[in-house]
Amino acid sequence: MKTKSLLAGAALALLVSTAAHAGDVRIMWYSDGVEGDVMKDLVGRFMKENPGINVILDNVAYSVIKDQLPVQLEAGNGPDIARVTAIKDLSRHWLDLRPLVKDAKYWDDNFGAQADWMRPDGSKQISGFMTQITLTGGYANKTLFDQAGVPLPGPKATWEEWAAASKKVKDSQKLPFAMAIDRSGHRLTAPLLSYGANYVGKDGKPAPLDKGAKDFLTKFVGWVGEGSFAKDVWVSAAGSTYRAAAEDFINGQLAFYYSGSWQVANLTTKIGNSFDWVATGSPCGPAACTGMPGGAALVAVKYAKNPKDVATVMDWFAQEKVVKEFSERTLFLPGHKGVVDKGGLDFKTDNAFAKAALTKYVEASKTTSDTALKLPGWRWSDTVYAAIVTRVGQTLAGELKLDDAFTRIDADIAQKVKDSGL
Amino acid sequence: MSTTSLTDRLGSLLMAPVHLLMRIIDIPLRAVQKATGIGGMAAVFLAPNMLIFGIFVLLPLVINFVYSMTGGTAFFLSERNFVGAEQYQRLFTCTNYLDPMSCQEDAFWTAVGNTFWFVVLQVTLMIGVSLITALILNRDLAARSFWRAVFFFPVLLSPVVVGLIWKWILQRQGLLNFGLYQFGIEPYTWLTDRNWTFIATIGVSIWAHMGLYTLILLAGLQAIPKDLYEAAEMDGTKPARVFRRITLPLLAPNLLVVVVLALIKAVQIFDEVYVLTGGGPGTSTLYLTQYIYETGFASALRNPGLAAAASILMGLVLVVLTLIQLGIGQRGEKKGKR
Repeated sequence: MKTKSLLAGAALALLVSTAAHAGDVRIMWYSDGVEGDVMKDLVGRFMKENPGINVILDNVAYSVIKDQLPVQLEAGNGPDIARVTAIKDLSRHWLDLRPLVKDAKYWDDNFGAQADWMRPDGSKQISGFMTQITLTGGYANKTLFDQAGVPLPGPKATWEEWAAASKKVKDSQKLPFAMAIDRSGHRLTAPLLSYGANYVGKDGKPAPLDKGAKDFLTKFVGWVGEGSFAKDVWVSAAGSTYRAAAEDFINGQLAFYYSGSWQVANLTTKIGNSFDWVATGSPCGPAACTGMPGGAALVAVKYAKNPKDVATVMDWFAQEKVVKEFSERTLFLPGHKGVVDKGGLDFKTDNAFAKAALTKYVEASKTTSDTALKLPGWRWSDTVYAAIVTRVGQTLAGELKLDDAFTRIDADIAQKVKDSGL
Repeated sequence: MSTTSLTDRLGSLLMAPVHLLMRIIDIPLRAVQKATGIGGMAAVFLAPNMLIFGIFVLLPLVINFVYSMTGGTAFFLSERNFVGAEQYQRLFTCTNYLDPMSCQEDAFWTAVGNTFWFVVLQVTLMIGVSLITALILNRDLAARSFWRAVFFFPVLLSPVVVGLIWKWILQRQGLLNFGLYQFGIEPYTWLTDRNWTFIATIGVSIWAHMGLYTLILLAGLQAIPKDLYEAAEMDGTKPARVFRRITLPLLAPNLLVVVVLALIKAVQIFDEVYVLTGGGPGTSTLYLTQYIYETGFASALRNPGLAAAASILMGLVLVVLTLIQLGIGQRGEKKGKR
C-alpha cells in the first residue's frame, strides 16, 4: 500500500512538472537595433491574449545565432522558434507549419514570395516568415562630405567613383579610413554581382570564381592596401567570423559605409544629431547597380516539444496588423505581401535621415539583379560566402597572394560540396 | 566528573546518526567483501571513480576517435559515413610541412606552427617571469601580502574578461593609444599587425596565468631550509652561486610541476585569444584549439570528422608531453634516492 502511495506521489510530481512546461515556447532572438524591445513588448501582449502559453524570449548575440544555433540544431536540440539569417542552409531543421497553422492559404498568399528561401528544395512546407526583408546598401556621412567640400556621388555612381570621393574626404578630414564594408560574404557579394559575378553553376552547384568576382576582389584588396577601405574590420578575426563596421561609421570615422537596410534603426538611435547621414543605395559596377537581398526569418524548429503552441505563436506574430506594427516600430521593410500592397506604413521615427533612408531602400530594391534575388534561396550561398571571407581576410592580412586566394576559395567550396555528399 | 559525563553523552548523541549510517553501509560492504575477498575491496572502492572517468573521459575519447573515421557534415554518428583514415590523410596531405600553404589543410598546419612557437616562447617567458616574481615576493618587502595578491588577481578572472580587458586596451581607439596620444605619439593598430598581435597573445596569457605559477614557486622557495642560506652567507658565497647551487636544485620539483602545467595550458590556449584577436589578423594567432573549434562547430565549412582527427592528434601531443614529464620526474626521483 505504502509503495503504491509512493509511486502515485512520484507520478503526480512528474505530471505536475511536465504540465508546467507543456505551454512553454522558447524563442531565440537577436537584435541589430531596437527590435528586441519591440518583440519583448509584443510577446507580453501575446501572453495576455493567450494565458495558456508561456513564451520565453532569449535575446542573444548574432554570433550565437550564426555559430551556436546550427550546432544545437544538428544535435536535435535548440529553441522552439528562432530568428535566423541562414534560413536556407538550415532548412532541414525547420518545422512544417502547414498542418498546424489556422489558415495555410493566408501564409501562402502573404509570405509565399520568400517561402522557398526557408524550406528544403522541392518542398511545399511553411517554415516561418520574414521578420524583415533587407537589402544591402551604402551610407555616407554627409557632414564629412560637406566639410570636405566634396559633392556626394550621384545615384548611378560606380564603386570607383565612391572610392575616389571618399578618399578625398578622408584626406581632407584626416579620417583613419575612407570606406568600410562589413566582414561578411553576403555584403561582399553585392559588389561582386555588380561586377558580373555569378556563383551558380549550370548543375546548380557552386561554379568556380569568374572574371566578375575576381575583378572586384582585386580592386577591393587594392583599395584596402592603399588605405581607402578599413583594414581593421577584415583582419580582426580568422576564418569566416562576422564583423560589422557600424561602430566606426557611428563614431564619425568613415566617409562611406557599406552594410544594409537593417542598420537604419541602429544608426538613427546611435548617431542622433551628431552628424547628417544619407543612404546611398548600392554603387554600380560594369554589370549592375545591385544590392543583395536577404533578411531575417522567424522560423519554427522541428524539435519543438509543443508544435501546436508553436504554431499558435507563429500565427499570432504573422498577423497583418502585428507585422505592420513590428515594421513601423523597428523601421524594417516588411516581408508581408498584404502590408506591402496596402502601403501606408507609418514608420515611427521623427528622424528625417531614417525616413529618407527607408525611401531610398524601397527605391533601390527595384534595381536588384535577378542573380541577387535567387541567391537567398540557393543552398550553397553560405558556403561560398564563408570561403570568400576566409580567404580574402587572409589576403588582406598579407598571408596569401590574390591568385592563391582565388584557387583556395574554389578548392574550399569544392571540398565542402564533396563533404556534403550531394 | 558530571561535566565530563555530560560531554560524553552529548558526543554520543551527536555521533549516533553517524554510527547508524556506518552500520547501514556496513551491511552491504560485508556482503561484498565476503564475495570478493579483502583484495577485491580495492577494486570495489575504485569502481565509482573509474566509472566516472570512463564515462566522462574514456568514452568521449573513443567516440571522438570514431568520429575522426567518419565524413559528412551531420553531427549524429548514425547519419555519418565511414571514411577510414581519410580525415587524417587530408590533414597530412602536404608538399612541405614547413610551408602551410603547400598543405591541403593549410589552416591546420598554420595553427600547428603558431601553437609550436607560442608554446616555446610563452612557456619560457612564463617560467622566467614567474621565477623572478616569486624570488622578489620571497624577500622581506613592504606590503608583501598585498603584492602577492596583486600578482595572483588575474588568475581569478574569467578568460573572456581577460580578453576583453586587453582588447579595450589594445584596440585602435583603446587605452594604450589614448595614452600614447597624450605624449604626442601617433596611435597604432596593435591588433591588426601580425607581429604585434602574436606578441600580445603571449603577453596577455603570461599576465593572466603567471600568478598561479608564481604561487607554486613561492611555496617551493619557502620550503627551502633557511640554514642553507645562512651557511652559504657565512662561507661568503656569491648570490648568483647561491641561486645556482642551492635555490635552483631545491626548487626543481616545483619547477617541473610548473613546466608541465604551463606546457599543457599553452598547448590548449583558446579563450582569451579568441576574444582578443579572433585568431587574426589573417591566421597569425590561430592556435590549434581554435582551429578544432572552428572546423568542428563555428564555420559554414564545418567538418566534425576533420575536427575530431585534429583533436586526436593534439591529444597525442599532450600524451607525449606528459610522458616526457613523467620520465624526467622519475629520473629526478632516482637521482634523489642515490
